Amino acid sequence: MSGHHSLSPFAALGRHATLLGTALFMLMPFIWMVSLSIKSPGEAFQARFALWPETFYGVENFAKALTSVPLARFMANGVFVAFAVLALQILVAAPCAYALAKLRFPGRDALFALVLIGLLIPQEVLGLPLFILFHLMGLLDTYAALILPFSVSPFAIFLFRQFFKSVPDDLIHAARLDGLSELAIVWRIMVPAAMPAIIAFAILSVISRWNNLFWPMIAVSSEELMPPSLGIVFFRDEEAGNDYGPLMAAATLVVAPLVIAFLAAQKRFIEGVTLSGLK
Amino acid sequence: MPSVVVAGIEKRFGDTVAVDDVTLEIAQGEFLTLLGPSGCGKSTLLRIIAGLEPQTSGSVSIDGRVVDHLRPKQRDIAMVFQSYALYPHMTVSQNMALPLVMRQLTLAQRLPLIGRFLPGSRGARAAIEARVREVAAALEIDHLLGRKPGQLSGGQRQRVAVGRAMVRHPRVFLMDEPLSNLDAKLRVQMRAEIKELHRRLGITFLYVTHDQAEAMTMSDRVAVMMEGELLQVAPPKTIYAAPADMRVATFIGSPRINLLGGVVRGDGAVEVPTAVLDVAAGLSAGSTVTVGLRPESLALVEVNGRDTFRGTVRAVEHLGADLFVHAEVEGAAEPVILRADPAAHDGLAYGDAVCFAPRPGAALLFDGEGRRTGLDVPAPCGPSPALGLRLDDAAFRAAGPMTVPRPVDQWR
Repeated sequence: MSGHHSLSPFAALGRHATLLGTALFMLMPFIWMVSLSIKSPGEAFQARFALWPETFYGVENFAKALTSVPLARFMANGVFVAFAVLALQILVAAPCAYALAKLRFPGRDALFALVLIGLLIPQEVLGLPLFILFHLMGLLDTYAALILPFSVSPFAIFLFRQFFKSVPDDLIHAARLDGLSELAIVWRIMVPAAMPAIIAFAILSVISRWNNLFWPMIAVSSEELMPPSLGIVFFRDEEAGNDYGPLMAAATLVVAPLVIAFLAAQKRFIEGVTLSGLK
Repeated sequence: MPSVVVAGIEKRFGDTVAVDDVTLEIAQGEFLTLLGPSGCGKSTLLRIIAGLEPQTSGSVSIDGRVVDHLRPKQRDIAMVFQSYALYPHMTVSQNMALPLVMRQLTLAQRLPLIGRFLPGSRGARAAIEARVREVAAALEIDHLLGRKPGQLSGGQRQRVAVGRAMVRHPRVFLMDEPLSNLDAKLRVQMRAEIKELHRRLGITFLYVTHDQAEAMTMSDRVAVMMEGELLQVAPPKTIYAAPADMRVATFIGSPRINLLGGVVRGDGAVEVPTAVLDVAAGLSAGSTVTVGLRPESLALVEVNGRDTFRGTVRAVEHLGADLFVHAEVEGAAEPVILRADPAAHDGLAYGDAVCFAPRPGAALLFDGEGRRTGLDVPAPCGPSPALGLRLDDAAFRAAGPMTVPRPVDQWR
C-alpha cells in the first residue's frame, strides 16, 4: 500500500473485499460469456452453476464462430471504420480546436457554444435524420454511411480546445516567426504538443466505434460491410435458437482486441479516461 | 538608414492604452533596451514590431520598408522569448533547424518521409544541418543537439532559443526578457554573452527587460517606458545621471533616488527641508519643485553650511564596499538614504545626529508634473543620438564621479 498511513488489517481486508465484490459483480456477464463459449450446447442450459465445463467444447464453438459467419471480415470492417473515423475526427477537430482556442475572431464564443450544444445531443436523436439524409444521398449501405456521421466530433473539438488553450502563446508566436503557417502550427506544433489528449481521445473514439451497434444497424444491411457488433447480432439471427456456445465464442473474440489493447496500454487508457473526465 | 523606426505606435485593449503614441528610432547595429516595470507596454511594443500583435495606430518600418502589412515571417526578424518557447516535442537540432526548414525547403520537400527523396531535398537538408551545427558550436551546445528541451537546464534552453534565432541571419534580433527565468549568477554570465553575441553579429538588437542592471550594462541606449509612455531614450549613463522625468529617476538606481519637496526662493535657490540648495532652477520664486538626490551624491560633512541637511540616523546598512545611512530629516516624507565610506563612518549608530550635503551640481530638479527642469537640461528624446550624447556627457560629468551603478543584484 502506498498511502501515507497504512490501514489496519481489518480495514484493508474490508476494502479489498468490497473492491473484489464490486469487480466480480461487474465482470460476471463477461465471465459467464467466456464460460459459455467453452461449454457444449447441452451443458449451457444445465440448471447447475459451473464456470468450467465438464467437457471442454471451446474448439468446436470457436471454430463454428469463425467459420459459419465471416467474423474476420466483421473485425476488419470494425478496424477500418474505427480508424477512418478517428483520422477524420482528428483532421477536422484539430484545426477547429486551434481556431477556438488561440485565434481571435468575431463569433468565436458563439461557435464554441454551438460545439457545447453538439456535445449534449445524443446520437440516437440523430439516427432518423441521418438515415433520411444518407438515403437521399444514396450512401446507405456503404462504408461512407458508417464513417461520415462520426467524422465531426464535438467532443474532440472540445477536448482539444481545452488542451490547446494550455499551450503557451509564446510557442505559437515563435512558430509564426519561424515561418509556420497557421495550419502548419496546428499539425507541427499543437497536435504533437497535445499528444496525451489525442491519444486519450483516440482510445475513447475507437472503443465507441467498435462497440457501437445502433447506427450500423440502421446504416448497413450487407453482410460484407458489417462491423463486429452488428455481426454478432446477425450471427444470432442466422443461428437462431439455442446455439449459445458459438455466439458467446464470437462475442469473446469481438471483445478480445479491446481487452488486450487495454491490458497493453492500461496506463494510457486510465490517463485518457481521467483526462476526458476532468475536462 | 535606421534599422527600425517606430512611428506613433498606439495600442489599445478596449479602454486601456497599453502603448501610448511611441516614436522611436533604432540605429543600424545598435543595442537598444526597452526598460520599464512589468505591465508598462514594453513587451506589447516588441510584439507589435515583430508583427505578432496588430497596433491600433502608427507604423513600423524595418530597414526603410514599412512592414505594417507584413506577417511576422516576412519581417525577417528573430525573437527570443522569456519562456524560450522551444517546441517540446522536437530535439534541439530540430528546434534550431525549423526556421531554415520552413524557409529553404518547399512544401513538398517538407513532407514527412517522401520529402527526403525529392530532388534537391538532400542537399538543402545537409546545408541546414551544417548551419545548425555551426551555430550550436558557437553557442557551445553542440553536445545537446539530440536532446529534447525538457532534458535541458534553464541556461541551456536559453542558448537553444538564441541559437534558433541565430541560424538564419535576421535583420533585427528581438529579445523579450530572455534572462528573467535564470538564476542570478547565470544571468550575469549570460548578460556578458549576449553582449558579446551582439558585438559578433553586428546586427540590431532590441532587448526588453524590467531589470535595470541588464539595461545599464548591455545597452548602447536605453528607452524607458512607463504606463505605455516612452519617457526617455538615452545612453545608460545619461538615463542615470540626467533623467528627463521623475519616474525615470525613481526607476533607475538602487537604492532609489531621494526625492525632497522644495520651493524656489527669491534669490533662485531652492529651499528643501533643513537646507537651501544653490541650484539654477530657472523658475519663478514660489514655484514648488521636487529635488532628486542620488545616495552617492550626498556626503557626510562636519561643517554646517546653508546647503547642509541635518538628520537623525534611523538605519545603517553595511554592505561591505558601501555603507548606506538612512537619515530622518525633519519635514521630509521619507528617510534620506546616503552612501558613506564604510572605513570612515563605521561607528555610526541609530539615533546619531548627522549632517550631509550634496556634491555641487548633483541635485536634479523636477517640476510639478515630474519633468526635469532647471538650466542645462537636454531634450528628453534628443533628435540626434550624437548631439544627445555630447550634452549628456556634460551632465554626466557634472553629476560627479560615482554615477554609473554597479550591478545591483545584491539588492534583490
